[in-house]
Amino acid sequence: MSDNARRDFLKQVGITTAATVGLSSITAKADEYKSGEVQGVLVDIGVCVGCRNCERACQVAHNLPAGDPEEYHNRDVYKEFRRPSTHSLTVVNEFENPKNKLIPYDVKYQCMHCNHPACVSACIVGAFTKNRNGAVTWDTNKCIGCRYCMVACPFQIPTFEYDKAIQPKIMKCDFCFERTKEGLLPACVANCPVEALTYGNRDELLVLAKKRIARYPDKYIQKVFGEDEVGGTSWLYIAPVDFEKLMFPTLGDKPAPGVTEAIQHGIFSYFIPPLALFGWLGGVMWLSKRKKELTESETKKEEDK
Amino acid sequence: MSELVIPKPVKHKFFTPGMVIVTLLALNGLYFLAKRFLFGMGAVTNLNNFYPWGLWIGVDVAAGVALAAGGFVTAAMGHIFHLPNMKPVIRPALLTAMLGYTFVGIGVMVDIGRWYYIWHPMIYWNGTSPLFEVGICVMTYLTVLYIEFFPIVTERFRGKVNLPNILSIFNKPIEFLFKLFDNTLGKAMFIFIIAGVVLSTLHQSSLGTLMVIAGYKMHPLWLTPIMPLLFFISAICVGIPMVLFESLIASRSFGVKPEMEVLKNIAAYVPLLLGIYLGFKLGDMAIRKSFVYLFEFNKYSIAWLIEIIFGVIIPLVMLNFKKVLNSPLWLFIAATLVVAGVLINRINTFIIAYHPLYAKVAYVPSFGEISVTVGFICLMVILYRIIVMIFPVISLPVKNEEKY
Ligand code: SF4
Ligand code: SF4
Ligand code: SF4
Repeated sequence: MSDNARRDFLKQVGITTAATVGLSSITAKADEYKSGEVQGVLVDIGVCVGCRNCERACQVAHNLPAGDPEEYHNRDVYKEFRRPSTHSLTVVNEFENPKNKLIPYDVKYQCMHCNHPACVSACIVGAFTKNRNGAVTWDTNKCIGCRYCMVACPFQIPTFEYDKAIQPKIMKCDFCFERTKEGLLPACVANCPVEALTYGNRDELLVLAKKRIARYPDKYIQKVFGEDEVGGTSWLYIAPVDFEKLMFPTLGDKPAPGVTEAIQHGIFSYFIPPLALFGWLGGVMWLSKRKKELTESETKKEEDK
Repeated sequence: MSELVIPKPVKHKFFTPGMVIVTLLALNGLYFLAKRFLFGMGAVTNLNNFYPWGLWIGVDVAAGVALAAGGFVTAAMGHIFHLPNMKPVIRPALLTAMLGYTFVGIGVMVDIGRWYYIWHPMIYWNGTSPLFEVGICVMTYLTVLYIEFFPIVTERFRGKVNLPNILSIFNKPIEFLFKLFDNTLGKAMFIFIIAGVVLSTLHQSSLGTLMVIAGYKMHPLWLTPIMPLLFFISAICVGIPMVLFESLIASRSFGVKPEMEVLKNIAAYVPLLLGIYLGFKLGDMAIRKSFVYLFEFNKYSIAWLIEIIFGVIIPLVMLNFKKVLNSPLWLFIAATLVVAGVLINRINTFIIAYHPLYAKVAYVPSFGEISVTVGFICLMVILYRIIVMIFPVISLPVKNEEKY
């Protein structure tokens, strides 16, 4: 490669990189999600007794095989840590209480219904919707089964029917969207015998949670999980121990899709950057072609001499 | 170069012992592919609710796109920047890109649970999703690649259309279409060439954006907001080595002398590109202070070191030596290292670095998954061979030309 060509090439590479870096650094603000309509559930781990009525109620409400109610009294399931799956959208796990073996900690898990859901932002076809009442729901008519939502979710919630060759579904808690529409409580909330689950307006639930912590400062740690995590979630938890001990992920208060959306907006703001790149390349093409022709004709002239 | 080199169909027998093995491996892959479509993803893959993406996304799709970057890199260098010496490699690189992207498309179809909805992104848009952007750009770019390849088809058949018997009535119309194409689309080709480069820039970098949203589930040695930039630069880096890699294999397989003059000239661009890549990679680590993770001795630090030392630093040093540039064997080794380096980077990013919460055992691809991936690579080799035997893709010295 001649020195000239190398220098030109370097220059052009430099410009391209600078342009790309510039694009990625444009940051877009994640839109504020604030609405008095957002509902939530407060899960009080200090109250939950681990009866698993919620698990069964959820299965029944979603036409999933629920099995015999008797099976749910068998506490052997707690020997193994379980996660929500395609056939149970919510599961309860039990953790030993080092202070009092007789009162273990029971924890219900399901989709957190994030205020800024990663699944909604990531889905290639927009199959997820963040509804006005806070519920994050999934549309089977759009989903292509790419499973990017599962990569994106910070709580590892969506599950996929790997064993189906046709129409495999993404399964996750839908906040009983069909029930709440008709004014019913979510099935799990309605069937909790000890009121470990409280359904209501998210802002009011936050007040309630903080009141409870304040009233029993010895019983609870000073934290409402879900108040700020990944920008806040509809489901809120209070607990007697650190949430890491209950297998909750440690998350900051930044919405999970933030960085990705900033990059996307940077590259795609109104298609201007791609079009600019197109124009620039067109210009380079034309100029370098002319230059090449000029040099070629010059060399010819010199050869002619 | 004393003799003239022009692209023309290669004459050689199709089956060699190597090609028999390749064909068998392709058939083995097709068996598991059939199983996947009949009984679902679970019947073939080791994927689960913790590891939704595995070998097929990491290698068939992500690495596939990167290794097919030779198409846009050579097109940009040759047709847009008009750098010297690019001509003989543009066509082989274009063919690789066309085949590569075709198989990326097929790979996506195999990996998504509802393959018959693969067209959904065309009507259901989600602008915040980098995967959506990758999907749309790859679909469009694949079309552009076919358009770019079409002149090679017309070149082969123009003036030679001679269908037998009854079909001969189509001879004239087909000739007319070819002529029409050369006179219209052929003239507008520069639009498609630029579009191809723009589309590649977009989706090569957006592939890097994909794992950003996984956040804390990604190991910090790889997770950085400049992942899209790193993916883009590494795609440019691997473009030329991929061309070298193929040309050297193809010339060996077809028993022709490799065009060392051409290859060593384009190879000279590579150290510069690798240097830029390494600079960004290390600079970013220094800024984010993620290098502390290199001092932990675990699978992450080892994977990272292999990727950077063998895939970037060694070839970067090697390609500065005249001896390497002049020897087909050494050049082949250096090119292979860069190709392997990018392949390992994509595997590291999509598989190794991803460590989801709650997973009890780490994901290891199943025999079926590996079979399908290997099978696709073999199918590509077979198609490449068929196409270069029919169409004028590979540049051969005119001296050796037999009349055809
Ligand atoms: S927990 Fe996961 S699946 Fe549920 S809304 Fe949040 S990101 Fe989506
Ligand atoms: S699997 Fe379905 S819901 Fe999940 S990201 Fe892909 S298309 Fe969207
Ligand atoms: S809200 Fe409904 S879907 Fe969600 S866990 Fe409760 S019962 Fe199941």
